Amino acid sequence: MKRWLPAWVGVPRPDPVLLILLLLIIGFGLTALYSASGQDMAMVNRQGIRLGFGLVMMLIISQAPPRVLRAWTPWLYGLGVAMLLVTLVLGVGRSTHRWLDFGVFRFQPSELMKLAVPMMVAWYLHPKVLPPSVKSTAITFGILLIPTLLIYRQPDLGTALLVAASGMFTLYLAGLRWRVLFGFAGLAAAAAPVLWLVMKEYQRDRVRTFLNPEADPLGHGWNIIQSKIAVGSGGVTGKGWLNGTQSNLEFIPERHTDFILAVISEEFGLIGVSLLMLTYLLVIARGLYIASIARDTGSRLLAGALSLTLFVYVLVNGGMVSGVLPVVGVPLPLISYGGTAAVTLLAGFGMMMSIYGHRKFISS
Amino acid sequence: MISYKGHRAIKDERDEQRLFENRAWVGFAVIALCILALLGRYVWLQVFAYDSFSTRSENNRVAVTPVVPNRGIIYDRRGRVIAENRLAYRLEIVPEKVPGKQQGLEALLDELSTLIVIDDDDRKAFHKSRRNYRVFDSVPLKFNLSEQEVARFAVNRHRFHGVDVVPYLSRHYPYGELLTHVLGYTGRLDADDISNVDEGNYRGTRTIGKIGIEKFQEKELHGTSGYERVETNVRGRVLKVLERQDAVPGTDLVLSIDVAVQQAAWDTLGDRPGSVVAIDPVDGSVIALVSKPGYDPNAFVDGISQQAYSEILKAPGRPLFNRALNGGYEPGSTLKPFVGLAGLELGVVTPDTRVFSNGRFYIKGYDRPYRDWKDTGHGWVNILSALEQSVNTYFYQLSMDLGIDRMHDYLAQFGFGSATGIDVPGEGKGLLPSREWKRGALNEPWYPGETVIAGIGQGFNVVTPLQLANAVAALVNGGTRFAPRLLYASKPAGVERAKRIRAPSELQIPIRDPQNWQTILDGMDLVVNGSRGTARKVAVDAHFRTGGKTGTAQVYQLAAGKKRNQEEVAEHLKDHAWFIAFAPVEAPRIAIAVVVEHGGGGSTAAAPIARATLDAWLDQELERELQP
Repeated sequence: MKRWLPAWVGVPRPDPVLLILLLLIIGFGLTALYSASGQDMAMVNRQGIRLGFGLVMMLIISQAPPRVLRAWTPWLYGLGVAMLLVTLVLGVGRSTHRWLDFGVFRFQPSELMKLAVPMMVAWYLHPKVLPPSVKSTAITFGILLIPTLLIYRQPDLGTALLVAASGMFTLYLAGLRWRVLFGFAGLAAAAAPVLWLVMKEYQRDRVRTFLNPEADPLGHGWNIIQSKIAVGSGGVTGKGWLNGTQSNLEFIPERHTDFILAVISEEFGLIGVSLLMLTYLLVIARGLYIASIARDTGSRLLAGALSLTLFVYVLVNGGMVSGVLPVVGVPLPLISYGGTAAVTLLAGFGMMMSIYGHRKFISS
Repeated sequence: MISYKGHRAIKDERDEQRLFENRAWVGFAVIALCILALLGRYVWLQVFAYDSFSTRSENNRVAVTPVVPNRGIIYDRRGRVIAENRLAYRLEIVPEKVPGKQQGLEALLDELSTLIVIDDDDRKAFHKSRRNYRVFDSVPLKFNLSEQEVARFAVNRHRFHGVDVVPYLSRHYPYGELLTHVLGYTGRLDADDISNVDEGNYRGTRTIGKIGIEKFQEKELHGTSGYERVETNVRGRVLKVLERQDAVPGTDLVLSIDVAVQQAAWDTLGDRPGSVVAIDPVDGSVIALVSKPGYDPNAFVDGISQQAYSEILKAPGRPLFNRALNGGYEPGSTLKPFVGLAGLELGVVTPDTRVFSNGRFYIKGYDRPYRDWKDTGHGWVNILSALEQSVNTYFYQLSMDLGIDRMHDYLAQFGFGSATGIDVPGEGKGLLPSREWKRGALNEPWYPGETVIAGIGQGFNVVTPLQLANAVAALVNGGTRFAPRLLYASKPAGVERAKRIRAPSELQIPIRDPQNWQTILDGMDLVVNGSRGTARKVAVDAHFRTGGKTGTAQVYQLAAGKKRNQEEVAEHLKDHAWFIAFAPVEAPRIAIAVVVEHGGGGSTAAAPIARATLDAWLDQELERELQP
């Protein structure tokens, strides 16, 4: 039989542990979304379709051997950077409420870069001797800085930091020396005042609000305060599914997108949040395990970096909702309403599954 | 060991694997710690700060909205409605719903003003009151819209997002200026008012009694606010009512004022500034309390415009001034019955004591003459004829014999020089002169000449119409001095019948010999009914017998020795005319004091007004008694 599909496409063999964990999160997320959307079944359906699309994509990608993925990597990265440039030149108007505008049909190159940057760094470091030499390190920085700066110019500080972090994690896992890492950390700390100077006014407002939300309780501080009230009033056991007053009465802003964790905290309490965090932690652990059994350097680095990046999502979103981190537009992975982020994440998990499927000693 | 020193040129898969695992373990440990720290934050919020956030969440959810009580209705003694709540319409704007912020709002106001009269005052008031509301609250722009305005807006409503016409109850005074100086009015609640009331009870209230009965009886009239505990969403929209506590409407009040009597006094006063106060001597209730000119209290209810207010301020006769309560006039000869009673009761004179009047009275050692109004004098007079003809000389002599100290102390018992204690705010005290007062106020000794003119109600004496009417009431009811009452009865919400409120009897003036009191009343009877009485016209065609006393309050002092001729004097320098009266003489049911500013003589200007007032009261009293 003549195959018109690539040879590697066959019966899906996903990592069952990772799949179960992801399905748990997705199921819980859709349940929470039903409540957070004000019991809008249409919205839940839409998100379900997107997630389904993402899952199919994940399974397809999981079939591709890591070398195929690696072969695509420079093209994907190049395409992403080109699109970022186009976006920048055409200057598509954006509001500060951009995270509302995630839609299946609106493509954000910056989302693509969340995958493309770690892939590219892994691709670059794959043949290199590790730990990376000074030259390799410098080139890696170039790879991650170009898209980061482009995204920052959009301006989308949250995504820019996530993209930079994913690249840095790859470098870290590649064994960049501790001294160098701490050096960069120190440099970043020293650069903070400079960052303040180049920040846009609305970004400064967010930082100010984060430092003292009560100073402007009806303005910039409103989101943080209402979110904290939602979380705190949930208590240990929560108010119960669909019973969150902060959520149902629309006190929580962006309750079905970036602040959906506030709804979960209000309705499912500390127990719900802890179980969710535990699940994420298990996903990360599984991801790192997959990385450790990867067949080659590039796969190992990619799987590890994607796992660590997931952690950044969870930490930044959880910190934002509970008022310990500034409000940046970072969704809660696989739970916040929105298609692009979910599909991107699931595509990333597809790569992890591919790496799992083509691990070192597949039969032993 | 990983180091750059021993950098290998060839990839070593096992070394890289070890390096990765090393890094992955460290990374995972850091991640686990971070997630634990994050969970620590959630533990703090959800366990340790749970109570506080739980309360704040509840406060978010539940709003308490006040339910405003309906203000009590006020009736007159005969059950006529004199202050009511009428359905009116006001224009309200929700600023949040108006697109385009400040400029959008101004544009909206401009466009609205093509349909509804909105002047600068309205705009200013709107912007001022906006500050007291939240952005999603409805802020009133214009009150008491006309029917045409409501209709015009209704047709164009679709053009105005965030604007609405809202029905409300507006205070209305059907008798307008006739009762202004009794009722006062309600006006918009301001910051000063709030500090004087229970703020919780006024949370939804927009108006409060500013003066008059409306102010004095504010507590009764306002009622008790109810509340609704409602669940609202973030925009303040009410989703459901959790609990409702109805408001208790204000108490309905019945005033002792009789609008018919008030109207009669008002009408006969004509265009002249003046005042009429009528009191029922039996119970101290106020039957009429007129101060003219008045002004329309309805203009104040929804906030008066600056222009309208300055018009009232500039109007002739100072309409805002309450002459009945606060107008200080020289009592003139209306004080004579009280001075005469002092003489009789203190044993200085008897009914038979006679004094010769030759038109002029001199104090020993002084050559200034004190005149009678009749240049040739009245001949021999006793207390009766002295009252009948208002003979100054008799009272000059009596005052000298009494002395200022005894005169002051006796007259003080009738309430001269002190507030009557009427149940409405803002009354004046008048002035009853004494040696101590003059020393204190003017730092001068008391001169005998001042005693002489004090005896005929001149000099330093100042009384208010209310004081004088109340003193007459005490004189004719056997010495019982009431704190005059406007509140006649009250009907709290939920009570079937109004409950009569009785005036507290403040003081019983000691009586040495009732015959002395009767003598004075006889003298006042002669003023009206005697052959030489100064107010004989009052008796013509009356259905009842009246006693009274005329009086003249000098507006300017005549040089000694000059004869007064009112016709030659400019209007604003003419004397004020007084008349006090009571009727029926046999069993007085009304005591009255009338003052007409610049009216000239008491008998011509003031007495007819008193007669009309007495008629209005007694004719209907008579009718009532004839009914089974």
